[in-house]
Amino acid sequence: MDSGQQFLQQLINALSLGTIYSLFALGYALVFSVLGVLNLAHSAIFTAGAVIGLLLMRYVNASAPVAFLGAMIGAGLLGIILEWIAFRPLRKRGAPRISQLISSIGAAILIVNGFQLLFQSLFGRTEEYFPRGIVAEQPILIGSLSIQPIRLIILVVSLALMLLLQFLVRRTKVGMAMRSVAFNQRTSSLLGVNVNWVFMLTFFLAGALGGAGGLLYGLSFSRVTPFMGQDIALIGLTAIVLGGMGSIQGAVLGGFLVAIFQTFSIALGGSSYRDAFVFIILFLILLVRPQGLLGQPEQNRA
Amino acid sequence: MNFLGSIGISEAVIQFMLVNAILGLSIYVTLYTGMFTLANAGFMAIGAYTGVLLTQQLDWPLWAGVIGGMVAAGVIAVPIGLPVLRLRDIYLAIATIGFGEVVRIVLLNFDQIVSSLIELTTGERTRFALVNGARGIRGIPKLTETWHLVFFVLLLAYVLYRLHRSRLGRAMAAIRQDELAAANMGIDVVYVKNVVFVLGAMIAGAAGVFSGHLTRIITPDAYGFSQAVDILAFAVLGGTSTLVGPIVGGMVLGALPEVLRFMQQYRGLFNGLVLLLFIVYLPGGLINPAGWSSLWRQARRERSSQGETLPEAS
Repeated sequence: MDSGQQFLQQLINALSLGTIYSLFALGYALVFSVLGVLNLAHSAIFTAGAVIGLLLMRYVNASAPVAFLGAMIGAGLLGIILEWIAFRPLRKRGAPRISQLISSIGAAILIVNGFQLLFQSLFGRTEEYFPRGIVAEQPILIGSLSIQPIRLIILVVSLALMLLLQFLVRRTKVGMAMRSVAFNQRTSSLLGVNVNWVFMLTFFLAGALGGAGGLLYGLSFSRVTPFMGQDIALIGLTAIVLGGMGSIQGAVLGGFLVAIFQTFSIALGGSSYRDAFVFIILFLILLVRPQGLLGQPEQNRA
Repeated sequence: MNFLGSIGISEAVIQFMLVNAILGLSIYVTLYTGMFTLANAGFMAIGAYTGVLLTQQLDWPLWAGVIGGMVAAGVIAVPIGLPVLRLRDIYLAIATIGFGEVVRIVLLNFDQIVSSLIELTTGERTRFALVNGARGIRGIPKLTETWHLVFFVLLLAYVLYRLHRSRLGRAMAAIRQDELAAANMGIDVVYVKNVVFVLGAMIAGAAGVFSGHLTRIITPDAYGFSQAVDILAFAVLGGTSTLVGPIVGGMVLGALPEVLRFMQQYRGLFNGLVLLLFIVYLPGGLINPAGWSSLWRQARRERSSQGETLPEAS
């Protein structure tokens, strides 16, 4: 392979990784833009998507599309439960944003440890593999490029979900309600928008996207562990900080940028520093442009 | 002592409880100033590695190692704090989480980094092995004694108690109440925030040195995000309205898994529940009389209003 082809190969790897990061980061961004809080339990929902998909394939013999839908719905419902338990009581009390951050950390620990116990009782270890033959394994050859089918599936499915979300938010009445609540909760509630319902819907959508990302991520390594969310939690945070917190396009852009950066830093140097690179970007962006690439600067309220 | 032993609290457990108390105080000072940072696990790692290397490689006594660890953590906190503390709530939390991860990754690759630096400057290829990457440092002598920890916690509590009544302490409280108002009153917000950040880092560093000489083995992965969250849990459980809170919180969370043996397996589950339930139902923590009484009043009101048909209050 000459260097140009190698570059293309790396680019395809980066894009398929980037779509997963973007899907995951979208969940953070949706919740942040509508509620103004950071849901650190989103990484646990990501794991939940993979776990639910795995269990459906293992014990119900579900086909891949059915398991995928099941994982999205299950993770979305988990998101709604989270909203009830960890966010709503605090919001009602008017607690500071940091309290909601802490309660979401608590919820994340709870869920991850729950999965750990589940894995130990079901499989006797803390990792499990997908049944073989769920997705085709024969690489597709284009010229001298070889692409694994799962990468193409990830790319297509994720892009479709992102377009669907974009349509929902921009072109439907529900999306308009979400945008109005994001702009001003009080005014939209006065104008007849059911704010609590919008919050639930937001958490459902965020959870479903995160769950989809989790299952795709698990499938691409064909492995699920209760801790897989921890690897990606900070990557997702970097993505939304990079793109601008609460900006939906920013989350997608950030996800791709982080993936491209990671993939090429592995190709150029050591893989052991790839996460260090990511956090150094995170640091620099926070210091130089905390509102991110596409975000609005936060007002300094008195 | 016999009673404590019978419910599972041995001397080793007490030592870890005391280390937890120090860690709780390290995040308490920053929370008291209204800064939500999760960097203390990283500073604990810096302290632990510095202290252990000093006592192991240079044969320094423990107290000198503790001071060395505190100084190292404090010195590193200055260039981190100056830019990062301009950020607020969620942004500050994310940046400090990132810092913790960078510390972990640097420690994992420290030997490799140093040997490539040596190669760059002198051109010689050498194998440099000091911190052993993910394997960590093993065979550390168990130098920490219970009385060291008791003494340190008491000393720290006294210093912080005095600090609260000082000019700096009042400035810390003012910044937590309202940063802009504090700045308008002539308080140098940037200076106070940085001093407090460095102070928290030094306390966490000292806890790192003590714990390194207790566990006798230190690995970079022991100081990751979950350790940062554990430290936060100490402060949240105990409450941050007084400095007794984090001490109690750290000791309770250290003791509970030992007392409730059947809980060992569910330790993580329990930590998560503590964070969730306390922040939702008792945000002031265990040591917070006002919070208890308001919870009590609320419970009584609910009980008395059960029979009546009141319109739903919003």
